Amino acid sequence: MLPKGCANCPPGGCPRKCPCSTPEGRSTEDKKVLLVGNPNVGKSALFTRLTGVHAFSSNYPGTTVGFTEGNLRFEGVRYRLIDVPGAYTLEPTNEAEEVARRIIEEGADIVVITLDATALERNLNLALQVLEMGYSSVVALNMVDEARHEGINIDIAALERELGVPVVATVAVTGQGISELISRLGEARPGIAVPGADRWARIGEIAASVQTMEHRHHTVRDRIEDLSVHPGWGALLGVFAVLGSFAAVRIIGEGLIDYLLDPMFNGLFMPVFEWLGPLLGGEGSFLFRTLIGMLINGEIDPELSFGLLTTGLYVPLVMVLPYVVAFYAVLSFLEDVGYLPRFAVLFDALLHRVGLHGFAIVPNLLGLGCNVPGIMATRILDSPRERFIASTLISVAIPCAGLQAMIIGALGDLGGRYVLAVYATLFASWVILGRILHRLLPGYSPELVVEIPPYRMPAFKGIAMKLWFRIRGFLIEAIPMVLVGVFVANLLSTSALMDSVSAFLSPLFRGILGLPPETAGPILLGFLRKDIAVGMLIPMGLQPNQMVVAVVTLAMTFPCIATFIVLLRELGLADMLRSVGIMLLTALTAGGILNALFALVS
Amino acid sequence: MATMLCSLTDGQTAKIVELPQGMSGRRLEALGLRPGKVVTKVSGMPFCGPITIILDGRQIAIGHGICRKVAVEPLAGRKAP
Repeated sequence: MLPKGCANCPPGGCPRKCPCSTPEGRSTEDKKVLLVGNPNVGKSALFTRLTGVHAFSSNYPGTTVGFTEGNLRFEGVRYRLIDVPGAYTLEPTNEAEEVARRIIEEGADIVVITLDATALERNLNLALQVLEMGYSSVVALNMVDEARHEGINIDIAALERELGVPVVATVAVTGQGISELISRLGEARPGIAVPGADRWARIGEIAASVQTMEHRHHTVRDRIEDLSVHPGWGALLGVFAVLGSFAAVRIIGEGLIDYLLDPMFNGLFMPVFEWLGPLLGGEGSFLFRTLIGMLINGEIDPELSFGLLTTGLYVPLVMVLPYVVAFYAVLSFLEDVGYLPRFAVLFDALLHRVGLHGFAIVPNLLGLGCNVPGIMATRILDSPRERFIASTLISVAIPCAGLQAMIIGALGDLGGRYVLAVYATLFASWVILGRILHRLLPGYSPELVVEIPPYRMPAFKGIAMKLWFRIRGFLIEAIPMVLVGVFVANLLSTSALMDSVSAFLSPLFRGILGLPPETAGPILLGFLRKDIAVGMLIPMGLQPNQMVVAVVTLAMTFPCIATFIVLLRELGLADMLRSVGIMLLTALTAGGILNALFALVS
Repeated sequence: MATMLCSLTDGQTAKIVELPQGMSGRRLEALGLRPGKVVTKVSGMPFCGPITIILDGRQIAIGHGICRKVAVEPLAGRKAP
């Protein structure tokens, strides 16, 4: 049995070489603190306040599906904090709650039970379950500002007496009460233990004795909240939200490219390359070819030259980054306002027809940024069957922001209808494949049960932080992969390997997809990153129709390596292989049908 | 007179009488919905879409399939505006 863990080691135990594996080596000053609570009560915001480590927080239940760790020092004690995914109960109803239960059962020195002051009764259920386990606890009564605003008054001292543990009123987003919470961590103690059968009755008593509510009139916000889930008005608002988001992404993305990044690249970087070229030995030298690439009509073309410094930087920084920024700005806004669960209500009927329920819209939307967090987010779904369907649909038919940026870059100039053709094919494939999987896989689709949070005015700082962390994630993830992709593409273009692969796959590409065999290279290299793979397709001089088929096939075949890894981790080897098999089959089918349709039309 | 959650009209208030057995009932209970609680129906989506109710001032969306199994007792004269 490994020791329970110290601040230097992962939860679940320390490696034997860690000094803490000996009783005298383990620092008695390290305390493991868990932040637990219902979904969407502000645990991640609290965690960020306490540790300074950024944890993503949004206004919808299920933002956190894994755990984040951070440290806090106070009066010589080092607290090791873990942000636990939200759970309504310790009897798990989905994977995220399962993760929460496992972490809680592993043990802790202190549990910070975070409660949403606007929904005290429901929140006390989990609190009493945790207290029943006997953990030394402190309660953070969060969102007290919003509760007061809603006419809910909670007697903190009375709640403290009832629960038998310290209670601190907090507002995590503004930082109110955080220092008091930290200073009272040392007072953590076991509280009341109520047997399961009496729990709800006791909760009713506690709530009645500590909480007073003033009558409140229907506000404008209530009215908008009601209309958002109304069949007619809600659908209208939904259409508006989708179109508005697309327009905003397009305007921000294109604006950044046309007015900032493209001129900057051309003005600052290109002269350097012109100057660097001869120093590297001029065209034809290995260094020139690797770093600058080929000359197009005697000039360096950042989009087509395919050197590490030219295309290798131009694609991620100028063509893709602006759309990533734009997409995440819009998504972060919708997340923090609390609109996403309303999408779940609007899309529930559609998603039921593909074996999912409405809340599966959230992983799918996240997948539009990057498939990896999208697939991670399927942990909020109820069954392995749903997770398999959702993960497969995301990796097959949800193009990530990088891919979308390149689709627009490659096809936008040729005409909006080509871009539309790609999106229409992907959407149709999503629906049809979902229907097929729903039919073939044993099991049933569970029903939607989701709490819809109130609309909240997002804090600018919160959105800016979230956006920054997502952009940073993209840069760290994407740039090395794109550079590897460009380098490999460069090597392959001068070697004979690609020719033989292309020749081997030629019947498939020519016969079914109507594509020249050399497109096999980019489509296979999509395994590294799909955006740079589209970049490789651009110089091939394909017809617009062929470009559409190639892009669709590329989007739907192999997941990129990052998605591949997350699929393996989330689904296991067998299901991951099954999922990839489905992708290949679907890609060929969709590409083939599209090719046949184009042949019919022309 | 008891009826099912799905047959309430928009704006109607009712008291929960019985939850379905099994996982779906447990999930509703975890959200604080249990016999004796008073809820107001906000709206229902077409094509067997979910029903949105208000419980303790908070909206909860519940799939149509579960709503058909939640027994409620409509409260007369307590129609919300």
